[in-house]
Amino acid sequence: MKIIVCIKQVPNTTEIKINPVTGTLIRDGVVSIMNPDDKGGLEEALKLKDRYNAHVTVITMGLPQADDILREAIAMGADRAILLTDRKLGGADTLATSNALAAALRQLEFDLIITGRQAIDGDTAQVGPQIAEHLDLPQVTYLENLEYDGKNTFTIKKSTEDGYQILEVDAPCVVTVLASANKARYMSVRGIVETYSREVEIWSFDKLGIAEEKVGLKGSPTKVHKAFTRGVKAAGEMFEVDAEEAVGIIMSKLKEKYII
Amino acid sequence: MIRDFAEKEVKPLAAEIDEQERFPLETVEKMAKTGIMGIPIPVQYGGAGGDNIMYSIAVEELSRVCATTGVIVSAHTSLCLAPVLEHGSEEQKQKYVPGLASGECIGAFGLTEPNAGTDASAQQTTAVADGDTWILNGNKIFITNAGYAQVYVIFAMTDKSQGVKGISAFIVEKGTPGFTFGKKELKMGIRGSATAELIFENCIIPKENLLGRVGGGFAIAMKTLDGGRIGIASQALGIAQGAMDEAVKYVKERKQFGKALGKFQNTQFQLADLETKIQASRLLVRNAAFKKDNHIPYSDAAAMCKLFAAETAMEVTTKAVQFHGGYGYTREYPVERMMRDAKITEIYEGTSEVQRMVIASTLLK
Repeated sequence: MKIIVCIKQVPNTTEIKINPVTGTLIRDGVVSIMNPDDKGGLEEALKLKDRYNAHVTVITMGLPQADDILREAIAMGADRAILLTDRKLGGADTLATSNALAAALRQLEFDLIITGRQAIDGDTAQVGPQIAEHLDLPQVTYLENLEYDGKNTFTIKKSTEDGYQILEVDAPCVVTVLASANKARYMSVRGIVETYSREVEIWSFDKLGIAEEKVGLKGSPTKVHKAFTRGVKAAGEMFEVDAEEAVGIIMSKLKEKYII
Repeated sequence: MIRDFAEKEVKPLAAEIDEQERFPLETVEKMAKTGIMGIPIPVQYGGAGGDNIMYSIAVEELSRVCATTGVIVSAHTSLCLAPVLEHGSEEQKQKYVPGLASGECIGAFGLTEPNAGTDASAQQTTAVADGDTWILNGNKIFITNAGYAQVYVIFAMTDKSQGVKGISAFIVEKGTPGFTFGKKELKMGIRGSATAELIFENCIIPKENLLGRVGGGFAIAMKTLDGGRIGIASQALGIAQGAMDEAVKYVKERKQFGKALGKFQNTQFQLADLETKIQASRLLVRNAAFKKDNHIPYSDAAAMCKLFAAETAMEVTTKAVQFHGGYGYTREYPVERMMRDAKITEIYEGTSEVQRMVIASTLLK
């Protein structure tokens, strides 16, 4: 079985602050990490490697420093790593990103494509499903658990807002995985030692065989008009009561707003 | 990776294993899985193929959150794996290193005796050749990983008339008849690590378990301790850094006289001095590890890094408790544990006095 995992390097948003004046992210000194949902997806692939000897390729589109997360993936156990990097691919929205990734994926063999559900920097959850559409493949999003019959069929537990669904899907297909699906393994020390002598393939725009209008800023219909931090809307209500009464008030307020 | 591992897997247990004086076997299993038990060991012997700088960073990061875990790795790697790898025959290496490097087995080292501490040459444990075997008799004390380790590097007198040249090294496996464990020490710090007595009563081991040559044991012990000092210096450095991190966090939050402790110049100047010493320790530790990796004589460098890092750890942890005031003296905060843990780094694998002897002897050679 051949698996391709699409991963993304993101700023660690738990540490990030927003410049209140310009509304942009303050990226200085913020560590970049492998997007958590993608890491959950990589773990899903590596479990299939452990059990069924699957071949795992990781691919990312990004700046040259995204090399870091590809090497991290190798140190965790990935077999092959590809970095799509080119100025022509820069400034891409989700559509342009999925166009570029789909163009790359068309050149690779796969039975299963895994992406994270969404990236913690953009939170769109669009790239995975768009890839499936471009490649005309069945897709299952919000994967919580995956079972493989060893032949051609996956049984997937898909998380939904109020529960879950169990779906069966045949390879080849696309799944988007939640970080909570797996506790991702640590890189092994040996993996860390070896990863810097392994090859990360660099693919430029020319390798993709796609029109320039489909990728990068040119291929991005989404334009960010303005980014801002949402202020506190109201002062809120203050109650000075004991704990028991406070519980009663909170419960009735939640019911009033149909939250529970 | 190691910091992430330490934060998620090691830190949550640190207070508990200290409190209960419990050896964290579950952590050893997790470390084995990620390759932490065999970092500077070549891949051909089942190790991670890393170097001593990586190993030093790993011990530092583990010790930053839990000094017990740091010393388990350090004693296992520096004191057992290293001498077997450096002085063992090919058969011994094939037999013992893969199991130790993968973390399936834990290793330990037995040199110290009731009457042979800093004066390690005064060994009273004896090994007598008898046909195809050696017969060991004697006691070893304060042995880290005792009971949990399967493989022990043991030193014994094979020819008393030869003095230090009459000491030889042996590999002894747990479970060998005549090899038992005595009392477990109740310690001030690193309370999760197992420290106990080893007892040899007519313990018969095969001839081929001699490590190195007959009479070469003392040299093996000294060389092994040179390497071990890098491990303990890394542990001390980690403890100091852990205490510093706690102190910085606390002085930013704690307010007295209407402002955070960190706003007082007295606090700032003390923190600056401590941080400088931590950074100096780190450079000394990495320097010794670099020399070892590059086969440059490093005995004095190892002694200096151990001396300076251990004394820095003691100073930083003591002051971290002071910054915390009364809270620092309670078990609600980790700094009191760190202070207790720091003390041993000035004592084991050569006291600070021994380090000064080593440094001076290199100067005056």
